[in-house]
Amino acid sequence: MKWVTVKRILRAGLLDFWRNGFVSLASILVMTVTLFTVGTTLFAGVILQSALDELKNKADVNVYFVTTAPEDEILKIQQSLQGLPEVSVVEYVSRDQALADFRERHQNDQLTLQALEELGDNPLGAVLNVKAKDISQYESIAKFLQNEEALSSGGPSIIDKVNFFDEQHRAALDRLQGVTSSASQLGLVIIIILIFTTIAISFNTLRLAIYTSRDEIQVMRLVGAGMAYIRAPFVVEGMLYGFISGLLVLLLFYPLTYWIGSASASFFGGINVFYYYLGNFPLFFVSIIGTGMLLGAVASFLAVRRYLKI
Amino acid sequence: MIYYDRVSKVYSGGDKTVALEDVSFSVEPGEFVSVVGHSGAGKTTLIKMLLAEDKPTSGAVFFESINIHEVPLGKINALRRKIGTVFQDFRLLPNKTAYENIAFAMEAAGRPEAEIHSDVPHVLELVDLGDKMNNFPHELSGGEQQRVAIARAIVNQPDVVVADEPTGNLDPVNTFEVVQILKKINDLGTTIILTTHNKGVIDSLKKRVITMDRGKVIRDDREGKYIL
Repeated sequence: MKWVTVKRILRAGLLDFWRNGFVSLASILVMTVTLFTVGTTLFAGVILQSALDELKNKADVNVYFVTTAPEDEILKIQQSLQGLPEVSVVEYVSRDQALADFRERHQNDQLTLQALEELGDNPLGAVLNVKAKDISQYESIAKFLQNEEALSSGGPSIIDKVNFFDEQHRAALDRLQGVTSSASQLGLVIIIILIFTTIAISFNTLRLAIYTSRDEIQVMRLVGAGMAYIRAPFVVEGMLYGFISGLLVLLLFYPLTYWIGSASASFFGGINVFYYYLGNFPLFFVSIIGTGMLLGAVASFLAVRRYLKI
Repeated sequence: MIYYDRVSKVYSGGDKTVALEDVSFSVEPGEFVSVVGHSGAGKTTLIKMLLAEDKPTSGAVFFESINIHEVPLGKINALRRKIGTVFQDFRLLPNKTAYENIAFAMEAAGRPEAEIHSDVPHVLELVDLGDKMNNFPHELSGGEQQRVAIARAIVNQPDVVVADEPTGNLDPVNTFEVVQILKKINDLGTTIILTTHNKGVIDSLKKRVITMDRGKVIRDDREGKYIL
């Protein structure tokens, strides 16, 4: 395409945008709502994910050792667990540490502490707290431990118990997995429906905006303008709507995320949306403005088509 | 140059309306042809056929030996640039000034900027609107709008100017002016096809007159009068 044609198209698009002031304003407002929804769902996705991660993090499997288990044996098991691809962290709690934790937990419970004193000796065994990379992988970790137990069958096993095999613990893990996976699925469905709806509304608004120009398009055809030449300024206009709406939304998110930032951090755990927004600003810029401009261009392109057929 | 070959047009609505029935005639280069008839006689349909705004039910319309209705939609614009059009309702682009309306026709034809800058003021001068070039259509009177439309129609130096009831919405003074401009364009060598039901215009022109009634050509006089 010749440069002069590009220049004419851009100029026509800008002029139409300016002179159709009210139509432009209405389109921008509707599109702002659309892009706001898109942006909000981005945030919601992030918050949901971090909340779920936080929740999943609470899940673990504990390996209790007998009180007589030698520390180097325990550390060996810790090492081999650490070597498993499914395992993310293995935390070793020594017997002394376990006792100190116990005391702290029961510091207001004189009766229990007294009973502990009566015993004289430390009745608690060492513990390995195992966290898997994914909540579904605890089963294979537990199986590994079972084998480990079997291998050491030469002497008495040093593993007292693995709580994964407790019915209750297992049920809780299963439920947690069910809740988190259905929560992400539900979130995804809601996000898709929301985005789809708002895009449809934007599409219709642009169609109405171009409907008001249908006679003009006909006249342009009758004075001998080519289809692409008529269509291009409308596409430019649509992209401009998208760009401005996108900027508005990005601007709007600044005070909004600041406002809910600390609340989101303390409520959902972990993530502060304000810092997340600032940290990922390029991503938000590209996805929101990109969505807006693409939406504007495609909607205009399609809307003009029906009036060109003359 | 233009040849209507047994053109018929039937609008298939609830009950079929025959807009054109077996119409044949030809127009030579440089002619000034007026098409007259009552409302609904088929004048506008005749024009629509030439502009490929509508397709005939049967028959063909030729423009310089090209069958207009065999030209694909994507290429019809090149043909339309050879035909300047003026309508009863002006059909200017409302968001563009008088200057831009005319410049648009030139831009659409891919003419260079320098040519547009020199031709548009010139053609506006020709229709006596040199001082209104930056006005929007709604700021112009009916007569002025029609003169802008005529300027737009002739700016690409088309072979034919088609004027479909260009004086229908104008008072006698403006009507006279518009007809004078069309005559001037014709004198410069452009073929003109004018549809009207204005008796005064036809009688003053003393040019060829095709008379239509209910979709048929009932008279074709070399130097005709308005007879209906």
